[in-house]
Amino acid sequence: MENKLTRTLYAVPYMLWIVLFVVAPILLVLYYSFFNIDGQLSFDNYEKFFTPVYLKMIVSSFWYAFLITAITLLVAYPAAYLLTKTTHKQLWLLLIITPSWINLLLKAYAFLGIFGTYGAANSFLEAIGIGSQQILFTDFSFVFVSVYIFIPFMILPIFNSLNDLNPTLLDAANDLGASKWTTFRRVIFPLTIDGVKSGCQVVFIPALSLFMLTRLIAGNRVITLGTAIEQHFLVTEDWGMGSMISVFLMITMVLIMVLTGTRKRGA
Amino acid sequence: MGNVPIIQFHRVTKQYDNDPPVLNDVSFEIERGKFYTLLGPSGCGKTTILRLIAGFTEASEGEIFFNGKKINTVPANKRQVNTVFQDYALFPHLNVFENVAFGLRIKKMKQPVIEAKVKEALNFVNLKGYENREIREMSGGQRQRVAIARAIVNEPEVILLDEPLSALDLKLRTEMQYELRELQRRLGITFIFVTHDQEEALAMSDEIFVLNKGKIQQSGTPTDIYDEPINRFVADFIGESNIVKGNMIEDYLVEFVGRQFECVDQGLDKNEPVEIVIRPEDLEITSIEQGKLKVKVDSILFRGVHYELSCYDQDGNEWLVHSTKKAAVGTEIGLFFDPEAIHVMRLGETEEEFDKRLEAYADVDQDGK
Repeated sequence: MENKLTRTLYAVPYMLWIVLFVVAPILLVLYYSFFNIDGQLSFDNYEKFFTPVYLKMIVSSFWYAFLITAITLLVAYPAAYLLTKTTHKQLWLLLIITPSWINLLLKAYAFLGIFGTYGAANSFLEAIGIGSQQILFTDFSFVFVSVYIFIPFMILPIFNSLNDLNPTLLDAANDLGASKWTTFRRVIFPLTIDGVKSGCQVVFIPALSLFMLTRLIAGNRVITLGTAIEQHFLVTEDWGMGSMISVFLMITMVLIMVLTGTRKRGA
Repeated sequence: MGNVPIIQFHRVTKQYDNDPPVLNDVSFEIERGKFYTLLGPSGCGKTTILRLIAGFTEASEGEIFFNGKKINTVPANKRQVNTVFQDYALFPHLNVFENVAFGLRIKKMKQPVIEAKVKEALNFVNLKGYENREIREMSGGQRQRVAIARAIVNEPEVILLDEPLSALDLKLRTEMQYELRELQRRLGITFIFVTHDQEEALAMSDEIFVLNKGKIQQSGTPTDIYDEPINRFVADFIGESNIVKGNMIEDYLVEFVGRQFECVDQGLDKNEPVEIVIRPEDLEITSIEQGKLKVKVDSILFRGVHYELSCYDQDGNEWLVHSTKKAAVGTEIGLFFDPEAIHVMRLGETEEEFDKRLEAYADVDQDGK
């Protein structure tokens, strides 16, 4: 009996945390989403959401998030694969993860300097004779910086699943006549798909709601749902609409989690 | 064609960096359609030989031939050998059918052909009807069979088995020994089996290579190796042995533990120092008067089929006796043995010299008749 009591006691701080900072805010956001700008209870926000302005924003948000996730995956998978082949893999992994400890804002400002008119990137382009370009405030710079920021989060789960791969399986595939490429396609990739999935979740969901980068790096040329939420809460003070978009994002996230959910496979 | 050995190693050495070689100047031939066992303690180089044949690793020196063709640099996926791995290495994301079909799909065979072959292979290993099972739903013994089916379905000329029974419990292991041996007879292809279990090797093989420290110590049939071990290592590793130092007084007469005994060995130098092996089952318990040796029983263990007695003589040599008779601990008993039970080993004799000496005995035997 006492044992059970102490166990419940241990759970109290965590339960409090969940209720105060997860459940309550979600309920509040849901509650606010049913109030229009004049503070009246209505479905106005939900109707407004399905107008072309917002639909376009949804499409553009999803498109950028998709692009960022795809490019991150293309860079991260080979990198993670190479990492598992190095002798000091944990050290290399640490070096790759380190940038993710630096504040996001600081990294964004660093890129402002690098991509700016007189920045390192343009000096390089001058030097090789292409000439100065407008890099900052373009789609390119937005996607590039986003990919840079998300790479460690993609590498980590893929590295872990590659690292857990039994090397004898590769010998076995080879023994049964598979070339390197066939081994990758038939054995390595299918067995690391769980790592790829969790990597994509970790990248795609935050990428949907990026807002700081859209302003700093993309100069508000890219408007995502995240930007819209920020603007509604801070600029137009239409808390109802902001909440409504948040509700939409939350539903999307849950859907993505369910759809890409990992089934446990036997070892 | 029939006379060309299927696999031949010619002075093969395998060495990593500056470490002592894992395999040191090893040469041997593997004949078609026989069951071979590479036997030795861990780190003796037996798995390295297997990996060299499979193509997972390359020889540092020497040549490897397959069907008379040099294959040193042929990649593993182009070799006509298939491996059954120690941990089976079945693909966890594929079911039993797809695991077995893996090699056939790579060869781009047609679906009906694949289905027929997989079915046949699964029948062969008694796994009929398990096609749609997931690997995680299979027991250890069943996984073992899937791994074997996955190898034989490709119709290789040689199957390599890397300690495939070591993860199974004793009863299942014995069962699988029978099955593997039977399978090899039915298929008629060459099996190369790696193990550190001497009983397994004796029970299954046509031919055994005993390895130690990167060298083949002795090769031969199970009975040859058991009855005529070439040196202390082989005698000790294969079965239980009593090994004592001795002196070859003259042909058919050997001295050990301070007494002279009649034996069947000849052709050695006079007064040559030798080592004597007597197997525990060749020692009989008898009265002190009738015994050739007088020993004191130190301990006794019941082993099921026999008792195992550990005895000491006056000089402190230990004598292991396997007997169906019992003797009380602390009593003195006599031990009797036939002249044939004495195996004489020369010190530092190579396998070549050893074989020559054995042949000489055979000639003498024939002359006598």
